[in-house]
Amino acid sequence: MLRLVPRQTGSTWMLWSAPVLAVILTVMAGGLMFLSLDVDPVAALGHILLDPFSTTYARAELLVKSAPLALIGLGLSLGFRAGVWNIGAEGQFTLGALGGGVVALAFWNVEGAWLFPLICLGGIASGMAWAAIPAYLKVRHNTNEILVSLMLTYIAVLLISALVSGPLRDPEGYNFPESRMFHASAVAPILIEGTRAHIGIALAPLIAVILWGVLMRHEIGYGVRLFGDAPKAARFAGFTEKGTVWFCLLLSGGLAGLAGALEATGPLGQLVPDLPAGYGFTAIIVAFLGRLTPLGVLVGAFALGVTYIGGESAQVAMSLPAAVVGVFQGMLLFFLLSIDVLVTNRVQWVVPAAAKIKAGP
Amino acid sequence: MTVFLELNGITKSFPGVLANDDISFTVKRGEIHALLGENGAGKSTLVKMIYGMMQPDAGTIQLHGAPYAPASPAAARMAGIGMVFQHFSLFEALTVAENIALGIPGTGAGTDLGDRIRSVSSTYKLPLNPDGLVGDLSVGERQRVEIVRCLMQSPSLLIMDEPTSVLTPQEADLLFATLRKLSEEGIAILYISHRLSEIQQLCDAATVLRAGKVVADCDPRKETARSLAEMMIGETLAEPEAVDTEVGETIFEVRDLSRPAQGAFGIALDRIGFDVKAGEILGIGGMAGNGQSELMEALIGETLSPSESMLLQGRAVGHLGPSDRRRAGMAFAPEERLGHAVSPTMSLADNTLVSARHTRNLTWHGVLRPHDASLFARRVIASFDVRTTSDAQIAQQLSGGNLQKFVVGREILQEPRVLIVEQPTWGVDAAAAAAVHRALVDLAQQGAAVVVISQDLDELVRLSNRIAVLSDGRLSRARPTSEVSVEEIGLMMGGEDTSHHHGAANA
Amino acid sequence: MDFVAGILVSLVIAATPLIFAAIGELVVERAGVLNLGVEGMMIIGAIAGFAGMVDSGSAVVGVVAAMAAGATLALLFGLVTQVLLANQVVTGLALTLFGLGVSALFGQRYTTYSLDRFPRIDIPYLSEIPLIGPVIFAQDALVYLSLFLVAAIWWALKFTRLGLVLRAVGENHDAAHALGYPVIWIRLGVIAFGGACAGVGGAYLSLVQTPIWVESMTAGRGWIALAIVVFAAWRPWRTLLGAYLFGGFTILQLHGQAFGVSIPSQYLSMIPYAVTIIVLVVISSESGGSRLSAPNCLGRNFQKPK
Repeated sequence: MLRLVPRQTGSTWMLWSAPVLAVILTVMAGGLMFLSLDVDPVAALGHILLDPFSTTYARAELLVKSAPLALIGLGLSLGFRAGVWNIGAEGQFTLGALGGGVVALAFWNVEGAWLFPLICLGGIASGMAWAAIPAYLKVRHNTNEILVSLMLTYIAVLLISALVSGPLRDPEGYNFPESRMFHASAVAPILIEGTRAHIGIALAPLIAVILWGVLMRHEIGYGVRLFGDAPKAARFAGFTEKGTVWFCLLLSGGLAGLAGALEATGPLGQLVPDLPAGYGFTAIIVAFLGRLTPLGVLVGAFALGVTYIGGESAQVAMSLPAAVVGVFQGMLLFFLLSIDVLVTNRVQWVVPAAAKIKAGP
Repeated sequence: MTVFLELNGITKSFPGVLANDDISFTVKRGEIHALLGENGAGKSTLVKMIYGMMQPDAGTIQLHGAPYAPASPAAARMAGIGMVFQHFSLFEALTVAENIALGIPGTGAGTDLGDRIRSVSSTYKLPLNPDGLVGDLSVGERQRVEIVRCLMQSPSLLIMDEPTSVLTPQEADLLFATLRKLSEEGIAILYISHRLSEIQQLCDAATVLRAGKVVADCDPRKETARSLAEMMIGETLAEPEAVDTEVGETIFEVRDLSRPAQGAFGIALDRIGFDVKAGEILGIGGMAGNGQSELMEALIGETLSPSESMLLQGRAVGHLGPSDRRRAGMAFAPEERLGHAVSPTMSLADNTLVSARHTRNLTWHGVLRPHDASLFARRVIASFDVRTTSDAQIAQQLSGGNLQKFVVGREILQEPRVLIVEQPTWGVDAAAAAAVHRALVDLAQQGAAVVVISQDLDELVRLSNRIAVLSDGRLSRARPTSEVSVEEIGLMMGGEDTSHHHGAANA
Repeated sequence: MDFVAGILVSLVIAATPLIFAAIGELVVERAGVLNLGVEGMMIIGAIAGFAGMVDSGSAVVGVVAAMAAGATLALLFGLVTQVLLANQVVTGLALTLFGLGVSALFGQRYTTYSLDRFPRIDIPYLSEIPLIGPVIFAQDALVYLSLFLVAAIWWALKFTRLGLVLRAVGENHDAAHALGYPVIWIRLGVIAFGGACAGVGGAYLSLVQTPIWVESMTAGRGWIALAIVVFAAWRPWRTLLGAYLFGGFTILQLHGQAFGVSIPSQYLSMIPYAVTIIVLVVISSESGGSRLSAPNCLGRNFQKPK
């Protein structure tokens, strides 16, 4: 029978082929799922996997979708490495959008190149503030950050709905629950003509490189890595849990907030109640797919961007429900988690003990 | 006495090591039979096969003359074999009765069981309260729970694995009395230990293992400690001698250090005070679980204390964290190597950053300097004879002894004024242990103050200029090693203040 | 009077799904497993129950289908965490995402259906007592089942051998293994049980509370159930208290207008979540307190020693 036997050292080969394998398995399982729904699997998978690359606009959309996933995922990956479980990135994303949006709306009739950076700062600050709540509660009262950050997400979603229907509502908008459209100075600069590809697509790789540097070449990053590998050694080395918790939560909150502000001032152009689109949760998958490394997260964000754009395309072309994207993403995560066991363990064929009869005098 | 258990040609190998090589011996009914050998001699493996946890590759076991090959511990228990492990299988949040019920198939923890427990425990003088929580019990009491659990299944053979490693000398005497009573009733005892004096006191017969083979079968009462030791080790090792160094001024002082118990099962520290002088090795002895971890945490700075509770050359450091203490000239080597002193999955070079990054300038304004870390690691490896392929090797691939040499070397090469080590040679092979001892003595000779916290009395007596004992979170007064007998240390470990005894004797 | 009775009945209906989900998760956590996928298991139960009842016309079939669906999804979680040793936190999350997606997918066909009123059991005579009669003695079978379940679990954990073994596994899985107990199988069993309970809890929403199917209709109740387990300090009877407390706040938000409250409904909806946070803080900062009673091995995977 098969048995799992711990490896002496983690298998690097497995570490990097696991995500690839997971993707392949997901595609296969997805095909089966389509079959069971009486949908042509080849056509559906074709839409999902190929359409995102078919036109310039589609490719740009792919980048637009991947950017927030990457930004949020980058922040989360550091925290997860250190054992700080920020599950509320969706809420921090939403607060970031609100924070940036409020700045944009406050200056709705003022132009200037300084406005957009200010909006980004507003987004970062609000995301950090929202993440500071679970950080403080964890540090001060040892409250589990998973549940707190999650509850705050629900509150954030309700908050944006309430504000957009009330004080932030467009006075010239016929009473629809949405804010004014953001004006020229408040909109994220577009990098590719004729598409929605905004500055975020350049910020993501830049931040990835910076975070890689911090993780591998700076004392703070060393502390994060130590906490992930051996928490007792991290404390022995003089790093504190409190410091790490604050750093990881504020970092991921700030990045999620930035992503939110960019999303609001970029593709959306205004604040709407369903701004929270689940990126905060998808980014968790991105972080794991990327093996919790900054550069891996970029690849993972890209891969999940494909599921979003491709999924939308399949929805439109074949009348598939929106939920199909969520199923794909859930499956991807499941497969990845299952295969991951092979990184630290080996499969061995073990002969059952009864079969080993020793011949003896 | 009839032959009860007979092993013939038992062999067991694992990848890379032949743990048991053609082992044969017999145990008679009612006999207290010692299984003697150093760490790694193959005692645990052998006994696990008797208890059904593993199956031998070759050889047979006979019980009462019939073939015996248990497929699991449950089968072994049914055949009348009980085992008390070195590491207990107890549930701290459950009661004594519940713990015992879990060890006996088909029993609920009702009042019925409570009465049976009370009767067994009084018969064998192992007092236990069935309704108490195991978490509240001392180590010796917990061992009683394990023993009672075995006894309630009426075993004919009881295997005890290093039972006294966690007991005070007084508790050990109580245990011996219990074991003798069991032996009188015809229950055989297989007693695993490496403590020669105990075996001579207690056992009728002994089988000595070395490197997986049986090297002798004897009657320990007819042997001397020396002859037994020679059988066990097979050679004599040079021991470093604590040279009489010039002891200088006080470098490090702890005053009135108290800390409430952390968590449900922690130990409170109660007004701990000691001082260490330059050139001196202070030994802190005590049985496991008497506050050593708590004390070490406080000394390292993983938990903070009132600033004046610790003074380094007169400067208050109690409120500082580990990094600041290291900058002030302290160094530490905790008991647990993998996971605490080093990160198991990082390279040796990266592991130098754990404690040496500030003292050896391995960072520059927070930016790491991997090349310098690598150089430092190589220095440690060379100076302390660490057997490893390179400084890039992952820490968990090193053997226990080599890893400990690296850990101690890493701290010593930081040239600290004070070095505090915990269990420096636990689980380490003899040669590496000697090297570590030598390094500690050398460091003291160079004028540093060294504190050794250890459960190994022999080690402490050999190394220390002065000895103090930690018991239940309280530290006795440190006394020069030459003035204290092992007997007295044993009593101090049990919490008795030997100065009273002196007083009484003179009265 | 009727108004108050009506409110109390609503309270019972709001609390019952939480009771099912929480008590199931409580058992799972006592055995040392942290399954964050409660939300996913509830929603899967909701659609399975709804589909079962629509397709067969029988409430029993619906409930059984919900149990089976919840248990199956839970076993997937069990396989990945107990056998393949994946991180429990992330896998639970995957379970939720997957459950929400799959349920939406399969629920597409059922969005246009609505069900008849779920059969109610009126206990003779007692149900006619003014005020408390209709509230306590004239509820549907699932309400009674939820109360019975809590009592049964309390009794089983405290007095039966199975309960003892379960507690032992959650307290020290290494020792349990050393004593010969099949830790992994036991955990898989409770995980399936927890999934079945969560499934019934979800089905209560789609079969009784609002007998239609809407995507993501659990609206975060699975997460509240997790909080209730902590709030209850892992003691069965206190989950009842927690469930009714949280159910109470949901009612407050629904009927706030009737009480003359003029705050926008979103702010009222925030209250249960904010209360959960406060409760979590209070519990976790009690020195000792519930930290003492958290099962020691909670969230840690069991690996057989060499």
